[in-house]
Amino acid sequence: MAAAVANGDKGFEVPKLEIKFTKLFINGRFVDAVSGKTFETRDPRTGEVTARIAEGDKADVDLAVKAAREAFDHGPWPRMSGFQRGRILHKFADLVEQHTEELAALDTVDAGKLFAMGKAIDIPGGANLLRYYAGAADKIHGETLKMARPCHGYTLKEPVGVVGHIVPWNYPTTMFFFKVSPALAAGCTMVVKPAEQTPLSALFYAHLAKEAGVPDGVLNVVPGFGPTAGAAISSHMDIDKVSFTGSTEVGRLVMEAAAKSNLKPVSLELGGKSPVIVFDDADLDMAVSLVHMATYTNKGEICVAGSRIYVQEGIYDAFVKKASEMAKKSVVGDPFNPRVHQGPQIDKDQYEKVLKYIDIGTREGATLVTGGKPCGENGYYIEPTIFTNEEMSIAQEEIFGPVMALMKFKTVEEAIQKANSTRYGLAAGIVTKNIDIANTVSRSIRAGAIWINCYLGFDPDAPFGGYKMSGFGKDMGMDALEKYLHTKAVVTPLYNTPWL
Amino acid sequence: MAARRAASSILSRRPIPRPVAASSIGESALLGAGSARGWLPGALHRFSSAPAAAAAAATEEPIQPPVDVKYTKLLINGNFVDAASGRTFATVDPRTGDVIAHVAEGDAEDINRAVAAARRAFDEGPWPRMTAYERCRVLLRFADLIEQHAEEIAALETWDGGKTLEQTRGMEVPMVARYMRYYAGWADKIHGLVVPADGPHHVQVLHEPIGVAGQIIPWNFPLLMFAWKVGPALACGNAVVLKTAEQTPLSALFVASLLHEAGLPEGVLNVVSGFGPTAGAALCSHMGVDKLAFTGSTGTGKIVLELAARSNLKPVTLELGGKSPFIVMDDADVDQAVELAHRALFFNQVCRYVHDVLRAIALLATSFDSFLWFVLEQGQCCCAGSRTFVHERVYDEFVEKSKARALNRVVGDPFRRGVEQGPQIDGEQFKKILRYVQSGVDSGATLVAGGDRAGSRGFYIQPTVFADVKDEMKIAQEEIFGPVQTILKFSTVEEVVRRANDSPYGLAAGVFTQRLDAANTMARALRVGTVWVNTYDVFDAAVPFGGYKMSGVGREKGVYSLRNYLQTKAVVTPIKDAAWL
Repeated sequence: MAAAVANGDKGFEVPKLEIKFTKLFINGRFVDAVSGKTFETRDPRTGEVTARIAEGDKADVDLAVKAAREAFDHGPWPRMSGFQRGRILHKFADLVEQHTEELAALDTVDAGKLFAMGKAIDIPGGANLLRYYAGAADKIHGETLKMARPCHGYTLKEPVGVVGHIVPWNYPTTMFFFKVSPALAAGCTMVVKPAEQTPLSALFYAHLAKEAGVPDGVLNVVPGFGPTAGAAISSHMDIDKVSFTGSTEVGRLVMEAAAKSNLKPVSLELGGKSPVIVFDDADLDMAVSLVHMATYTNKGEICVAGSRIYVQEGIYDAFVKKASEMAKKSVVGDPFNPRVHQGPQIDKDQYEKVLKYIDIGTREGATLVTGGKPCGENGYYIEPTIFTNEEMSIAQEEIFGPVMALMKFKTVEEAIQKANSTRYGLAAGIVTKNIDIANTVSRSIRAGAIWINCYLGFDPDAPFGGYKMSGFGKDMGMDALEKYLHTKAVVTPLYNTPWL
Repeated sequence: MAARRAASSILSRRPIPRPVAASSIGESALLGAGSARGWLPGALHRFSSAPAAAAAAATEEPIQPPVDVKYTKLLINGNFVDAASGRTFATVDPRTGDVIAHVAEGDAEDINRAVAAARRAFDEGPWPRMTAYERCRVLLRFADLIEQHAEEIAALETWDGGKTLEQTRGMEVPMVARYMRYYAGWADKIHGLVVPADGPHHVQVLHEPIGVAGQIIPWNFPLLMFAWKVGPALACGNAVVLKTAEQTPLSALFVASLLHEAGLPEGVLNVVSGFGPTAGAALCSHMGVDKLAFTGSTGTGKIVLELAARSNLKPVTLELGGKSPFIVMDDADVDQAVELAHRALFFNQVCRYVHDVLRAIALLATSFDSFLWFVLEQGQCCCAGSRTFVHERVYDEFVEKSKARALNRVVGDPFRRGVEQGPQIDGEQFKKILRYVQSGVDSGATLVAGGDRAGSRGFYIQPTVFADVKDEMKIAQEEIFGPVQTILKFSTVEEVVRRANDSPYGLAAGVFTQRLDAANTMARALRVGTVWVNTYDVFDAAVPFGGYKMSGVGREKGVYSLRNYLQTKAVVTPIKDAAWL
């Protein structure tokens, strides 16, 4: 029943890791918190302390904002050409790539993420995003307008100013670059608050940014907690924009704080309960693999996790069987072990929360097909779990763990209706060979990303962000630049013009 | 026009380069154009005090260029190969007329081979099939390699094209890298639209690479034209056959080898050195070429378009000649306007310290249609303006100051630091300019400065200023291609716009005024592809460039250049039970 556990497997090497950066990064320097306080960041493989990190709070956010304000109002960053900013971002990308191994290891000890995935995807992906926006920095176009009167009108796309970024712990590197790359390209300055669980790589990136030539004060990193540092950012009168990725509940607090302070525009990338709809005509093995990946990637700690799986009745039974077999073969263990598919949950809280949801699922009458238990002797490991059943709260709430909820449907209309019966609208998967089903369902699902016969179809050029309570505003693509730009319309009368 | 003798001159009757080379050898030798490495600190001669400045360097030995010529063959399918005919032609050092190298001479058969290679690379090869991000990385690596080899590339460009090393090294090579990085950034941002139809249809637009692009570039800015053409074509995923100018084949071969080092698959970029009537014509009329881009004279541009029409109707972009007006309003700061107008006409390069103008460049710099000369001054580049229209209220002051400025212009060996104007390209051009000067005098224009050759040897011409020029005079209508400023008087905005537009060309214009309304009116009213207001010759990778009327078809640079190299495909399918339309 239980998934294979590789906890005892010692046949792999854990890279030697030195934690170089533990202080706040403000105005180009690593500094202690004003309060002198620190907090612990722990290794989810063992629960042991990895490092003590300076704990930023309101006073530190104030200093960081002051530096960012100065860098924006008087510094070179928004005043150099987009091409020049792009050159620095290219350098930044090269430096990230040169430190791939070390950065991937930091994310692994901090977040329990698979080391191999970090090296292959997270870290290179961060460099790719930087390069994408490096190439975008000199392609931010305003427009000349077609006025209804004899006027000349045009728009200027101006950097919005000082940005506050609040990033989550599940993808410390990816989320950092989702936010920071387009904001830098646009010419903004910023204060980044990484999650308290995963401050290590963000501080390293601050160091690399400086080395690449990002001027002091442009990129400030203040590790700390949401209620203190996060709240200080959200309610700061001198921050012009807040970009947040995290839970829907905290997103609400961020928006509220923005409303109560200076009405700063907010973009929110929040929770999801994303459906994957598998139609009868799907290739079964392919669909099972796709759904497995959709649910269990990053141990289910991913906002777009395919956590509601709707399978058409014709292949439902066969699907459940195969999905269960695949889950059982999944190897849970030390994320540094290259043979491991799934590492530990981020921390004790999440670990306990996931187990609680599994318990609720069982009590509410869902059928536990496989998994459902912790595994290993220490750390926060949980078996890949599958529930089947129709009505259950585990199919409504975001679990953020390796828990698949499998459900049956009959018709396309029913699938659409079920897929949309959620307060979230982040992503959806469709598995079908039929062009009409694919096109119809794509338009019908109220979600920001639709992946047809694939999942996690992220790309630097593809905008990403939610409908409904999954948030608003887009990360990635040229759309993300819009979050960090103001549009100014400039109008002046025209005299004796030969055309309008 | 631009690059009248261009490289790409398909019309040119002469398939044999040697006689021309020979003549320029003789006459260049007289000039002793060879010069001084490291800008020998010789005396600078003001034209007014030392009209024979050019003679100063006559006895100096030319510097040995710090570069070896590594590539002289045709680049076809990733290999450097001899011409099918086995023939070669000489490329000549414009400082001395000496042969730099014998270069494989491509003709129709070589074009056929190159197109076949490009066809394969496009139809079956990895280039259009890899991700745009991968293409982007290749172009970025190419830009890095250009910077790493900047000294060599610049030396080669200087040697082959006679441009100053300071200009090629300091400005042109970095600009090539800038262009490549700019287009690299576009590669993964080429977006089609998803289109709302009036009915239950799902409509997408795909922008696909157009296929095999044939590109013909001139000799005046070999590397920059390489970048303008090759950058966007490759970013979009096309394969290319590039014909360089016969005067300047070397730098393109060198950088093309770097592009392969950067990871460009074989066959994606083929470079065929050769002549217009043979290689150029074969490329233009080739049935396997999907698109043509040409920079050169209006006359040759017509032939290119015609050959495209007679063959497979391939779309053509043309960057041709011009006769661009420079308009000085009565509220202009006259000193500033004089300097700007002077530069717009005479200079090919204005840096903090005005310096060297090479023969080829000098020719271009003083010609209207030669939009392709750049000046980097705090990020600015520079292009020419030959009809200087000055408002009657500031006319006399303007003429007087222009005269003084012209008399103050430093003419001499282009390799010497501080020299502003070198010799004209050759004897033919030299004589033609002097004929135009005579025509100006005969038609009643007032010669206020210059009007004769400078010095007693070589092709140096005094900076010449004509005032009281009338629209109907030949010097106000035809391209002089020399350092001859023609100043015309006007009284109203309406009048100057009408007269400025009264030209078959429409490449660029300058407007000099502090009045917002006049600037806006003229910006819209002038029928030209670029209007510079209170500046001139500002070029940037992101700014579209091209002509109205007979100055050309299409735009290069900016997002607009991508359109030249993309097909547009609409994909339409019914959408059943659409949730919204």
